[in-house]
Amino acid sequence: MSKFRKKKKGMPAVNTAALPDIVFMLLFFFMVTTTMRETDLKIENPRLPSATEVKKLEHKSLVSTIYVGKSNDVARHGTSYNRIQLNDKIASADEVPAFIINARSKVSEAEVPFMTTSIKADRESSVGVITDIRLKLRDVNALKISYSAAGKSD
Amino acid sequence: MARRENPEINAGSMADIAFLLLIFFLVTTTMNVDSGVSKKLAEKPPEDYVPPIIKEKNIFEVNINRNNELLVEGERMEIEDLKEAAIAFIDNGGGIGKVEEGVATGPCTYCKGERSESSSDHPNKAIISVQSDRLTEYGMYLTVQDQLLRAYSELRNRLSMEKYEIPFVELEEAYKDDKDNEILKQRVERIKTSYPQIISDAEPTN
Repeated sequence: MSKFRKKKKGMPAVNTAALPDIVFMLLFFFMVTTTMRETDLKIENPRLPSATEVKKLEHKSLVSTIYVGKSNDVARHGTSYNRIQLNDKIASADEVPAFIINARSKVSEAEVPFMTTSIKADRESSVGVITDIRLKLRDVNALKISYSAAGKSD
Repeated sequence: MARRENPEINAGSMADIAFLLLIFFLVTTTMNVDSGVSKKLAEKPPEDYVPPIIKEKNIFEVNINRNNELLVEGERMEIEDLKEAAIAFIDNGGGIGKVEEGVATGPCTYCKGERSESSSDHPNKAIISVQSDRLTEYGMYLTVQDQLLRAYSELRNRLSMEKYEIPFVELEEAYKDDKDNEILKQRVERIKTSYPQIISDAEPTN
């Protein structure tokens, strides 16, 4: 009888010594997978069009992104959806070649042909702006383009 | 005198610090991979470039006006019907294919189209030309591109199923996983050249 009674006495505390280890493990996981957004968006977050034939963009370091959309600063740039953002400022299509050449200087020469330009444009932007960008890209031989789109399943 | 023995550091708040960092990275992390419709631009033509003469019947004209309406081969069309129309055009196979690297491809043996005289000769001659207005909405433009690409992938899928009994997407993926596999490479190439994606963007109208 007494044996059983002894066992009932006081619940042993759960050992939490391994808790920091678990938390650290999670922490390292998120530290490794995290990617900080490099540029501040000067335009409203583009509402990407949706498409079914989308391909994933691989090799993030080889991708340079051009944003097109409506400026946050309506007083300065108006409400049109055709503002182009390069790096972290609003620019015009004429500055695209310089932007691409600058991006190229950051990767090794062998990788230049694999560089992709991702165009993140709002679905209300007009085709004219996209065409302007495309012509400028062709001038500097940046021929791989990805029109950023949200994937949708049929 | 003062240090008689090393007092143990209190590690009780270690978990708190780790949690704080963890939550920070949880919030800032973005796991979504960018995806998009890939396109390869044509190189800039030299100054004295004379465009080749292409028969009218080998061009599938798609126009999008500034009100986002579609005009396909001179007729109004809804976006839902575009894919079927494109498939009918590409897969027509009414004549003989072009001569590639000295080898004539001859008539299209795998086409299942109507073989009409007035539509495209061969998938490798069939050109889809998209012309839009400068004021067309980008969303509409991309939907059209997407529908046209879907037409191609549907045809490729069909051919792949017929020849190798595996969808083209899976065939491509298998090749990606096993890059040295010559048989897979040949199969992917063969299907791609059977239905090459020829979509050209015409200069937009004002």
